[in-house]
Amino acid sequence: MTTATAIMEAVRLVKRYPTGHGILHAVDDVSLAIQPGESVGLVGESGCGKSTLVRLLGRLIEPSDGAIVFEGQDIAPVPLRRFVHDKARGRIQVVFQDPTESLNPSLSVFDAVADPIRRLGKAADRKTLASQVRDAIELVGLPPEMEARLPHQLSGGQRARVGIARAIALRPALLILDEPTSALDVSVQAVILRLLADLRSQLGMSYLFVSHDLNVVRLLCSRIIVMYLGRVVEEGPTEALFRQPRHPYTRALLASIPDPARRGQTPWRLEGSASSPIDPSPNVCRFYGRCPRQEARCAETMPELRPMDAAGLHRAACHFAEEIAP
Amino acid sequence: MSSSTLVSRTRYAVAENKLTLLAAILFALLIFCAIFGQMLAPYGPLMTNESARMQPPSWAHLFGTDALGRDIFSRVLIATRLDLGMAISAVVISFVVGTGLGAIAGYWGGWVDAIFGRVMDTIMAFPLFVLAMGIVAALGNNVTNIIIATAVINLPFYGRFARAEVNVRRDLAYVEAARMGGNGAIRILYGHIVRNILPTMLVQASLNMGWAILNAAGLSFIGLGVRPPTPEWGIMVSEGASFIISGEWWTFVFPGGALVIAVFCFNLLGDGLRDIVDPRRRT
Amino acid sequence: MSAALLTVEDLVLDFRTRSGMVHVLDGISLSLGRGEILGVVGESGSGKSVLAYAMMGLLDPAAQIPRGGIRFAGRDMLTESERSLAETRGREIAMIFQSPRTALNPIRRIGAQVQDVLLRHANISKKEARRRAIEALARVRIPDPERRFDAYPFELSGGLCQRVMIAMAMACDPYLLIADEPTTGLDVTTQAVVMDLIREQVRSANASVVLITHDLALAGEYCDRIAVMHAGHIVEIGTTETLLSTPRHPYTTRLIGATPGGHARIEDLASIPGSLPDLRRDLPPCRFIERCDRRLERCAVEKLPSVNLGPDHRVRCWNPL
Repeated sequence: MTTATAIMEAVRLVKRYPTGHGILHAVDDVSLAIQPGESVGLVGESGCGKSTLVRLLGRLIEPSDGAIVFEGQDIAPVPLRRFVHDKARGRIQVVFQDPTESLNPSLSVFDAVADPIRRLGKAADRKTLASQVRDAIELVGLPPEMEARLPHQLSGGQRARVGIARAIALRPALLILDEPTSALDVSVQAVILRLLADLRSQLGMSYLFVSHDLNVVRLLCSRIIVMYLGRVVEEGPTEALFRQPRHPYTRALLASIPDPARRGQTPWRLEGSASSPIDPSPNVCRFYGRCPRQEARCAETMPELRPMDAAGLHRAACHFAEEIAP
Repeated sequence: MSSSTLVSRTRYAVAENKLTLLAAILFALLIFCAIFGQMLAPYGPLMTNESARMQPPSWAHLFGTDALGRDIFSRVLIATRLDLGMAISAVVISFVVGTGLGAIAGYWGGWVDAIFGRVMDTIMAFPLFVLAMGIVAALGNNVTNIIIATAVINLPFYGRFARAEVNVRRDLAYVEAARMGGNGAIRILYGHIVRNILPTMLVQASLNMGWAILNAAGLSFIGLGVRPPTPEWGIMVSEGASFIISGEWWTFVFPGGALVIAVFCFNLLGDGLRDIVDPRRRT
Repeated sequence: MSAALLTVEDLVLDFRTRSGMVHVLDGISLSLGRGEILGVVGESGSGKSVLAYAMMGLLDPAAQIPRGGIRFAGRDMLTESERSLAETRGREIAMIFQSPRTALNPIRRIGAQVQDVLLRHANISKKEARRRAIEALARVRIPDPERRFDAYPFELSGGLCQRVMIAMAMACDPYLLIADEPTTGLDVTTQAVVMDLIREQVRSANASVVLITHDLALAGEYCDRIAVMHAGHIVEIGTTETLLSTPRHPYTTRLIGATPGGHARIEDLASIPGSLPDLRRDLPPCRFIERCDRRLERCAVEKLPSVNLGPDHRVRCWNPL
C-alpha cells in the first residue's frame, strides 16, 4: 500500500529521555502508516513504548526526531503550544485508558463533551452547540438525561462512553484508543467494543487501537503492529500474524494468551524481563537475551523489518524469521 | 458538586456532628452583629461617662464599663464589624493571591516554581507574627496595613497547598484530554484544574480565618494598627489587661471571650465544611 | 463429598452500611478437595473477593452472617477464636493478593518478609528460618536468591514481587492457597509465568487453590473446576470442560459470549443486557432475572433450586439451557 494516501504516517520517529543513568530510548526509529478508514492495532507489553507512541502521534509530547505526517502535512515541527490551536488538533483525538481518571470530576457530561467543540469547533450559538453535544452523546448510546450528571454519578461503562463522545465530538479523522476497555468488566467491554466498531463504520474514522489484549485487537483491527522495547518487531494483516507469527516475541506473546484449549499443557514461556531501554546497543537485537533462538549474528547486526510475504504486507525484524516456530 | 448531593452531604455533616450546627449558628450570629451591631448597640462606642467608670456588669451595662465609662457591651458588639472585616479581607487577599501564584508554580515547575518556593521560604523563615509587626511598622500604622500584613504572612499557607494540589493533577488523563480539546495552558490551569481544588482550598480558608482574626487582634493588642478609641477586641483586651491584678475582670474577659467565640466558630465551621466537601478526609 | 478440604454451606453474608443492609452473599455452597484448583469467576460486584476473605475467616467488622457455614479441614471457620484462626492463616491457608508491590511491606526487605512467615508458624531458629526463606525464593525461581534476599520490593518488577508473594504463601506448605486476582496488572507473558508457577508449586505440594478472577479464559486454562458468580450467587459450578463446552446457566453462556478470545468476528461478541442489581434492595430469589431472556414467572417468587445436571455440574436456575 502506498504511503502517499496514508492519513497518518510516522517516519522514523524517535523519542529519547535523558535520565540520571543514561538516555532512555522510549521510541526508537518507528515508522508506520495508517490509511483512511483503516483500523490498526498496536500491541506490546509494558515498557515497549506504545504509550509514548500514542502521545507522540496524539501530539501531546514532542518527538526527539522524525516526522509525523498527518493528512499530507508534517505536524511534528509545530510546537505543542501552537498546535493546541491548530486546525489539525481536532482531527486527531485520543480515548484514554482509565475512564475515571480521564474525566474531569467537576465537569458535567455536557460540559466535558462541549469543551472541545467550544475550543476548536464551529458552533455559532448555544443552540448549535447543544445539538452537537446531543448528537455525540446519542451516538455513544447515552440517554440525553445524562447530560447534567457528574462523573461520580456514572458507572464505569457510562464514563467510558463519555470519553468516547468527547473524542468524536469534532468528528476526527484519526481516533487513537489507548487501552479503552482494560479497566472495564468483560460484559461492559463487549458493549463498548461493539460501539467502537459501529462508530468507525458510521463516521468513517481510522483507528489506532492500542492494547495489551491480543484477543480484543483481533476483533477490531485489520492490521497489527507489534512493538518491543521501542521498536516495531513485526507487523502484518491480523489473521496472517495470528496464524503465522514470524518474530519469536510475537510467538511468545500469542502463546501466553490464556486459552482453555491449552489446559494441562506447559508451552514454552518467555521468562525474565526485557533488557534495559537505557543506552541500548544499536547493533544488538533488542530481544537478544530472552530469545529462545539466538545466535552470534543477533548480537552483531540489528535485524530490520523484512517482508515475509510476496506483497510485503507482513514484515518481521528477525534474522531467522522464515524458520518454523520451535 | 450537584445540589442534591450538596444538600444531603450538608444534612449528614450537621447531623453527624452537632458542633457543626453550633458553628453555623455562631457564624450567623457573628455576621448579624457585624452588620447590625452599630444599630443595636444601646450606647455609642465612644460615649464616655466619667461618673460610670469601671462599673461591673449590670442591667444598665451588660458587660460593665471601662476606665472611661464606655459601655463594653456596645463596644464589643460594634467591634465585630472591624475584627471580622479585617480578617475576611486578609483571608480573601491571601487566598486569591496565594492560590493564583501557587497554581502557576505547581503547573509550570522549573524556574517559576523555584522562585515561588524561595519567596515562600523567605516568608516562612520569619516567626510570622514578628514579620507582620515588621510590615505594619514599615508601611504605617493603620488598618489597611494590618490587612496587608496578615495577608502576606498567610500567603505560604495557600500557596504551597495550591501548588501541591495542582502538581498532583497536572499529569492526570483529564488534563491531557483538555489539551486534546484545544485548551491552552492558562485555560487548563484555571478552567480545569483549579476548579477541582477550590472546595478544599475553601476549607483551608475557613480554617485560616481563626488565625487571621488572632493576627489582627494580636497586632492591635501590642499597639500596632488600630488606635484607640476605635473599638476593636484586641485593643480592648490590651486596655483591660492592666486591670487583671486589681480585679476588674469584665474589662478583658468579654472582648477576649468574643475573640474565643469567633476563632472557635471558624475552626468548627472549617471542620464542618471539610465534611461536606470531602467526606473521605474527615478527622 | 468425602474428604473435602473446604466446604462452604449455604453461606449468607450481609454488610451493615450507612445506606442499609447490603446482601453481598446469598446462599453460597461449594466444596473443594485436596489437590484441586477451583476457579471462582465473576465480574466486579459479584462478591468473589468477599467470599475469598470469608474463607480465611477474615471478615469486615461490618459483616454479619445470619446463616450458613464454612468448614476447613473439619473446623468451623466462623466460630473459631481469632487466635486459632491466626494460627491457621499462613500455616494451613495462605493467600496471595492483587498488586503484589502494595501487598508487600515497602520498607522491609523481601527476604525478611518470607522469614517472618516461617518464624511465626514454625518453631525454628532465625538462622534456620533464613535458610528456608532463601530456599523458598529459589523454589519460585527468583534469580540469585541469596543476594535478592536483601532486596526491597521497589527494586523488583511486578512479576518478581508476585513470586515473592507466592514464596511467602507456600513457605509453610499450606493445604489451601487462595489467590485473589493474582495477575491483575501484570503483562500477559508475566501472567503466564506466574500462573504456571502457582500451578506447579501447588501440584508438587498436593495443595488446593481457590483462584479468584474475572478472566474466564484464565480460569479455563488453569482450573480443574469453575464456579461462576453473579451478584452474590454461584449460578453454575462444574468441571472446566463441562462448564465451558456445555454451559447451562444463561449468565455463564453470556459471559462466555462476551469474552473476546474464541470469537472470530466482532459481530459474534455478545453483551449482557442490564447491570448488577442494587444489593441493598430486597431482591427476587434469582438476581439475574432483570437481565435474563429465559425468565419464567416462578423465577420471581420461588427460591432457586439446585439442579444437578451431572456428576459434577450444578446449576441454580429454573430454566437452564
